[in-house]
Amino acid sequence: MKYLPLLFSALMRKKMRTLLTLLSVAAAFALFGMLDAVRVAFSAPQSVIGIDRLITSSRLSLIQPLPYADLARITSTPGVKAVTYASWFGGIYQDPKNFFPNFPVEPESYLDMYPELVLPDAQRQAFIKTRTGAVVGQSLADLFGWKVGDKIPLRPTIYPHRDGGDVWTFDLVGIFKAAQPELRGSEKQMLFNHTYFDEGREIGQGTVGWYVVRVEDPARADQVAQAIDDQFDNSAFETRTQSEREFQLSFAKQIGDIGLIVTAIMAAVFFTLVLLTGNTMAQSIRERIPELAVLKTLGFTNRAVLVLVLSEALAMLLIGGLLGLALADLALPIIGEASSGQLDVALQPESWTLGLGLMLIIGTLVGLPPALKAMRLRIVDALAGR
Amino acid sequence: MTQRSSAALKSALPMIAASLAVAAFVGGWILTPRLVGGLGALFLGWLLLTRTGRQALAVARVGLSTVPERLGATSVVVVGIAGVVGVLVALQAMAAGFEATLTGAGNDETALVLRAAANAELSSALDRPSTTLVAQAPGIARDADGQPVASAEVVVVASVPKQSTGTDANLEVRGVGHAAWDLRPQVRIIAGRRFRPGLRELIVGQGALRQFSGLDIGDSLVLNNQAWQIVGVFASGDTHESEVWGDAESIAGAYRRNGFQSVAVRLTSPAALETLRSALSADPRLRVEVQTTREYYGKQSERLTRVIRAVGIGVAVLMALGAVFGALNTMYAAVASRAREIATLRALGFTGLPVVVAVMLETMTLAAAGGLLGAGIAWALFHGFTVSTLGSNFSQVVFQFQVTPELLIRGLQWALGIGFIGGIFPALRAASLPVTTALRES
Repeated sequence: MKYLPLLFSALMRKKMRTLLTLLSVAAAFALFGMLDAVRVAFSAPQSVIGIDRLITSSRLSLIQPLPYADLARITSTPGVKAVTYASWFGGIYQDPKNFFPNFPVEPESYLDMYPELVLPDAQRQAFIKTRTGAVVGQSLADLFGWKVGDKIPLRPTIYPHRDGGDVWTFDLVGIFKAAQPELRGSEKQMLFNHTYFDEGREIGQGTVGWYVVRVEDPARADQVAQAIDDQFDNSAFETRTQSEREFQLSFAKQIGDIGLIVTAIMAAVFFTLVLLTGNTMAQSIRERIPELAVLKTLGFTNRAVLVLVLSEALAMLLIGGLLGLALADLALPIIGEASSGQLDVALQPESWTLGLGLMLIIGTLVGLPPALKAMRLRIVDALAGR
Repeated sequence: MTQRSSAALKSALPMIAASLAVAAFVGGWILTPRLVGGLGALFLGWLLLTRTGRQALAVARVGLSTVPERLGATSVVVVGIAGVVGVLVALQAMAAGFEATLTGAGNDETALVLRAAANAELSSALDRPSTTLVAQAPGIARDADGQPVASAEVVVVASVPKQSTGTDANLEVRGVGHAAWDLRPQVRIIAGRRFRPGLRELIVGQGALRQFSGLDIGDSLVLNNQAWQIVGVFASGDTHESEVWGDAESIAGAYRRNGFQSVAVRLTSPAALETLRSALSADPRLRVEVQTTREYYGKQSERLTRVIRAVGIGVAVLMALGAVFGALNTMYAAVASRAREIATLRALGFTGLPVVVAVMLETMTLAAAGGLLGAGIAWALFHGFTVSTLGSNFSQVVFQFQVTPELLIRGLQWALGIGFIGGIFPALRAASLPVTTALRES
């Protein structure tokens, strides 16, 4: 602690250089923060609940629906506690740019299956009872300024309404919130009544998109999944049952090689960053060799000099890095807004931890060589400028 | 005290001038590269023909000759800028490749009829009577036998393992009518033969062949629990290469469908689109929308290319900031370490201008080297690099990165822009440092 003023004056010695180095570190970590948020969003969809949930969909491809009649057979499979279902609607609100997921669901069992979607009791009852009722997440409601009682028209891309209209109209009867802040992504969806959907559509009646299954014992989830699939083996509608996490990951994987490219960019950025900071540190120490020699003459131990130089590098990385991550944290919601929700990712605690680790590692990497050099300085040579 | 503040003001003036110069330069650089090129030519003439120009050149030569001694510091500029340019070029090449692959499938002579409000073929559905009505509409070209050149098509998606990951991804399966070959003359068989209508035979696009496993000639692909034989490979140079083609009737049968997704037609002329559009919208039995394939594929590529382009520029701007700070640091240090030498020159009678120009020349040379390095790496690593991603038909679109000459030039522009900003402030500092102070500096 007593070295703190010394560290501070070292950083303030060349204010311009320190500022520029800090800013370049901040720029790199701001970039790291944003890219890592994207990476996390792609590699680990935000559903930490639901380890006991399975998704049963068509084995052939996700666009193939399953017959409604499968519900009874899945429900009676041993180990299954509850079953619900949903379909993909793909409706558009006003403009294709406003894309958000909207699904017809069976209200009561779906809300039971997803306890993380929290809805006031009265609204929940209204959703169950209203044929044309729909519920949306809080962030979606905020985005479009919807409130309970509004009528929401959606233009169907797949299912025209049977009455010939190009619009399905829903009554907003409830707004749900995610139970935990990290599940905020689930507030971006709209749910409505499957019965209303099935009656209104021209094609595909009596089918559902996928079933959601809750198992009694998460440890036996694999066996239950196998048992469900075995029942429909060699039928006209073969199924594939997988955990909810796997199911969501399969969507992320479809987006393809983005993860690889993001990693490559991060590597390029960090290579550049290490080089920049390392070089500046080395240069700044070189210029201060006489000063360090004076410190040693005054009685500073070798170890103290090493710690001093190393902590200078670490301080630089930590201040700049945290500044950069904070910037990324501030910028991400703005980007999400600007892209009308298409790039809506948030900085997760995971990224902060990883970023902090990188700051420490890079700080040590760039600080250690000059620190070791400073430690090994011989006073006489240094003072003589040799 | 007053002396100091007036000195501070004096030293601030060139900074303000420099900021204005930077703004003007960057603005001009982006808006009118040709103008900047012309100015560059004038500048070159000045360098070679005038006395001050030759002085600047001489000073710059001295500066550049010391670069090998300052390899560590100068590599900060070169590598920093190379990183920016590499990332920028690579991401823009990805967007360019995706766009070219999709828009390559579109033109003004063919049109696509979808159900009203459908935003892609996959979400469209047309029943059999509708497709017959569409094919008979005016504005559609007819072949030698007097038959309309129209192909009612089925588009479905099959889960097939990808070669790179082994996990299932969506493969687009297109069932086409016999007119499809006339409609899309760019599609040609490069191995095997065409599928025979009525049989369970498929041909595979060479992009799909490379990305998915088990699609070689002779392999069989399971579609809705039926085995289909692969009998040929086709190339088209556009997004159709990511697809598998078969007979529309057979594929509709396999998926128990009695309808189609779209009707692709050849127009008698680009102007016939309006004839066709009004005829179709006047028919009360139809609820369809018609658009040229150019419009359709343009729309399909628009969203993703816009996202990739925006992300690419955002990343590059952030990296460029980092690189500018690095370059500033390096050049300030370079100027500081040569303060004595520069002061000596000025004491000998060199004016400020050659010094400024010399420092700028040095920075710009380093920046150009960085730009070339970055663009070169991006070209070597990514040109023709094949990737695939999810397209609007909920299936994989295979495309290649395209590092075009324009992208390389744009990368170089960025490099020089960063070099300019990173050099101008240290250059002005070198020219404005009081000679006496600088001579005393060690």
